[in-house]
Amino acid sequence: MSFPLKNIISIKDFSKRDINEILKSAEGLEAVARSKEESNSLTGKILGMMFYEPSTRTRLSFETAMKRLNGGVIGFAETGASSVTKGENLADTARMVAEYADALVIRHDLEGAARYVSDIVDVPVINAGDGAGQHPTQTLLDLYTMQRILGKIKGLKVALIGDLKYGRTVHSLSYALGMYGVKMSFVSPDELKMPRGIVHDLNQNNVVAQETSDIHEVLDEVDVLYVTRIQKERFPDPEEYSRIKGAYRIDCNLIKGKDLIVMHPLPKMDEIAHEVDHTPYGKYFEQAFYGVPVRMAILESLIKSF
Amino acid sequence: MGRTMKKPKEMKVKPIKNGTVIDHITANKALNVLRILNLPDKKSKVTIAINVLSANMGSKDIVKIENRELYSSEVDQIALIAPNATINIIRDYEIVEKGKIQLLNEIKGLLNCPNPNCITNTSEPVINRFYVIKKQPVILRCHYCERIVEEDEIESQF
Repeated sequence: MSFPLKNIISIKDFSKRDINEILKSAEGLEAVARSKEESNSLTGKILGMMFYEPSTRTRLSFETAMKRLNGGVIGFAETGASSVTKGENLADTARMVAEYADALVIRHDLEGAARYVSDIVDVPVINAGDGAGQHPTQTLLDLYTMQRILGKIKGLKVALIGDLKYGRTVHSLSYALGMYGVKMSFVSPDELKMPRGIVHDLNQNNVVAQETSDIHEVLDEVDVLYVTRIQKERFPDPEEYSRIKGAYRIDCNLIKGKDLIVMHPLPKMDEIAHEVDHTPYGKYFEQAFYGVPVRMAILESLIKSF
Repeated sequence: MGRTMKKPKEMKVKPIKNGTVIDHITANKALNVLRILNLPDKKSKVTIAINVLSANMGSKDIVKIENRELYSSEVDQIALIAPNATINIIRDYEIVEKGKIQLLNEIKGLLNCPNPNCITNTSEPVINRFYVIKKQPVILRCHYCERIVEEDEIESQF
């Protein structure tokens, strides 16, 4: 059966069935992702990578995913070494890379860049993050991590913590969790609350999330703490930043005895104490690995259906 | 001694010979409609009524413009701020066309995305595109950045 989506731009384009199909394919590809089995499913195919913004995990996991399926990768990881520095616009660069590749992955600092590119090229386009907008492949790997570790998504209780205003991963994730009937709590300082447009959309779909600034309110009832980084540059006053940062820091003392896991899209700074890394609570490195089978499933679905 | 009531002088708004009457404009939005139509200019004769009684709407605005018929793009823009408006085209004192404004489900090229970080606010060759997700009050969503655009952000552009 061919996958119904041509592009992966926004989680809003997905039905629950589309998501389930990707998660199911990913599970079948885990052995290949771990190099325990080999696959030739994308032999002769080339993935074009257009990274206008720095990325470590997303870029490397896409490259790994493509190569594990025996495909090739071209593109740029920074704009300094490309024709972008000569002033070429995004439309022209994308049309050119699309002539060389069977699918494009784009990360850009402007919102809507991936949708724009998908409207003007013929090959499938995958959004690897557009400004403060969407990051749908991160969301798919987050869902996969919950399903893999906790055995289900439906019925879970998930707290999204930290910078909910600018953190694009939590925007995409909240839409998807809403589709699965997950009970959500948004935990953030007032300055970094979930944007009203997103809360509005969730309410339209009858999804209601609890909003609070106190992390202690949710600790006893959640299955997942999804932590995001609070960036210093969001606060003009360094004292204010220190105070807020401390109020959302996860350490062993805080979660001891609780029945939950801690996830993080990474990179993390000090919002999670290092001591948590080595406990059964900290699942973020496992989560980062799951980016590979999930992106393999996405690449296979798009390139083979195209 | 009974006071004699002054009979108010009736103010007559002459019917127009040729032109357009935009009726049932959302109350207090007539000036926004004028801005969409680039009025006043140096020659157009325009009559405006603001906040007058309306049987159906409570109160409404009316704009009459002589010797001008509207482009469809102008009508589409008016629909964004006055979705109940009706447009009457007058030729030789007769209404030759009467129509209710229709707010389309998709709006192309008529307004800018208020998100400064949207790809449409760059030099890329791109035409703005919005989906109408609610008609009253009008709420739009940018096709590109998915930002919600609310009524006040739409009005501030006209």
